Amino acid sequence: MWPLIPFRWINRRRHCFTVSKVVCVQQLHSSSTEFANIHYDGLYPGHIPTTTVQKALLSIGSGVAALQNPYRHDMVAVLGETTGHLALIKLRDRMRNDPEGYAVLTERPRIRLSTLDLTKMASLPDGSFGREYLRFLEDNDVTPDSRADVKFVDNEELAYVMQRYREVHDLLHTLLGMPTNMLGEVAVKCFEATQTGLPMCALGAVLGPLRLNASRLQSLFTSLGPWALQNGRCARCVLSIFYERRWEQSLEDLRRELNIEPPPVIPKAKKKT
Amino acid sequence: MTWACKDVTFYDVSWRLSMETSKSQNQNFKVNSKVNGKPVHLKGVTLYKVFENVAQKYDIMNDAMSLGIHRLWKDMLLHAMHPQPGARLLDVAGGTGDISFRFLEYVRSQRERQQRRAVRFGQTLSLQDISNSYSTIETDGPRESTAVVCDINKEMLKVGKEKAESLGITAGLSWVVGDAEELPFDDDQFDIYTIAFGIRNVTHIDQALQEALRVLKPGGRFMCLEFSKVTNPLLARLYDAYSFQIIPVLGEVIAGDWKSYQYLVESIRKFPSQEEFKSMIEDAGFYCVQYYNFTGGVVALHSGFKL
Repeated sequence: MWPLIPFRWINRRRHCFTVSKVVCVQQLHSSSTEFANIHYDGLYPGHIPTTTVQKALLSIGSGVAALQNPYRHDMVAVLGETTGHLALIKLRDRMRNDPEGYAVLTERPRIRLSTLDLTKMASLPDGSFGREYLRFLEDNDVTPDSRADVKFVDNEELAYVMQRYREVHDLLHTLLGMPTNMLGEVAVKCFEATQTGLPMCALGAVLGPLRLNASRLQSLFTSLGPWALQNGRCARCVLSIFYERRWEQSLEDLRRELNIEPPPVIPKAKKKT
Repeated sequence: MTWACKDVTFYDVSWRLSMETSKSQNQNFKVNSKVNGKPVHLKGVTLYKVFENVAQKYDIMNDAMSLGIHRLWKDMLLHAMHPQPGARLLDVAGGTGDISFRFLEYVRSQRERQQRRAVRFGQTLSLQDISNSYSTIETDGPRESTAVVCDINKEMLKVGKEKAESLGITAGLSWVVGDAEELPFDDDQFDIYTIAFGIRNVTHIDQALQEALRVLKPGGRFMCLEFSKVTNPLLARLYDAYSFQIIPVLGEVIAGDWKSYQYLVESIRKFPSQEEFKSMIEDAGFYCVQYYNFTGGVVALHSGFKL
């Protein structure tokens, strides 16, 4: 279990920065990021301070690696972090100006299996946001814990915004009704690109279609693409929503509140039996 | 589990490793941390884990980081070694087997050269000499060279074994799990002991040197290839900039592991200089200790003899 370290607590510790090698004794799941999480001599657990040169090299390298192998989610994540500084600042300011977004920024909720009450969500009625989200996770065989931790953002509040963006991605799939196949992902990326302004989303939206076949490309250009872009422009800032308090809300109701239209056509998802 | 090979007995020390791992390897990774005045032991984050994480991409990373020059360094090690057919090599921290494969290839080509020379020489012998040579041919053939790859990390050995299979090298090669500070071999077993880019990861280098002295035969040679101090100040600046700026980035992009490669670069800086290491080897009891610098001191080859 990864204990939740309130970022506010870390914020105060920034002043006693000479205590650089703080060790958190915790049980580790096997991944290479556990190494980074042990000593954090950065601004937050997992932070790796980098110079501008290193960030530039990382963005180029991760871009190439992600293009070569789109299954390298860690490279997509690194690309997002190294290129998204300005977009993250704008996002953070938008969140601050929204009352609910401000609550998210101060309370810093995390969407992980350990923080979600899955039994309670399963007992919610069909059509409610929580139930539909759970259905999405089961149908597509994904888990909210597969998101990589933020490493290269040099500001811990912006790092939280980035982390929140990653964790909200699955919720966006539910809101937009898109499955996790390539077409669905490209549609969500189009939406995110207009919403967040992150260069990584824009790149994904532009380069992702290269891997689609003709019929899916047509579907993307004629209906899904314009729908996603339009909604991205008109919808409320999706990161400003405190999703954890809205599991009981009906999905349709939430969509109306956020100004999101239901999808014109749902690309066929691979149903796991 | 033990298995014997001629007059040498090797044994798998994994049972011992499981007890010793926390002792030697946790210390190796210097964590200056205390909670309430008591040092904290970190389970799971050890040097063992570092190499376990990097094992699959180890060779690719070596090529990327050194721009392929590591192959030249290893070739130069073999050239300096100049092993003869029948030699027994112990390659400690041999991991993915680079040195051992080169060794076997080298002795194989030496053997061929010898045979060709014998044939050429044999063509001008008198009939009496030829019949004499028939009676002195050893019935079980000339002694075969063997290479033993010893590494503390099973993942690295696994990658090495797969590489050997794909290269078609099987004869004369053994893979043993073992700790350089406490080798699982008897005394006076090997003609050559090599440790390439491994000794800086050993916690107690003097103990590893003592063990090297113990397992070598009298007349045996100790050879160590390791990153060392660059003497030229301009090159040193470039090397530092490259190490700290580029190598962790390569580690992140290729292997998905920034911290392990940052550790690598820091461990290189912590290693003693050429002269210091030379005196450490002399203190351990080796004679005729020399070192050769490669690439301006980026890598140094230290060599000593057990007499």
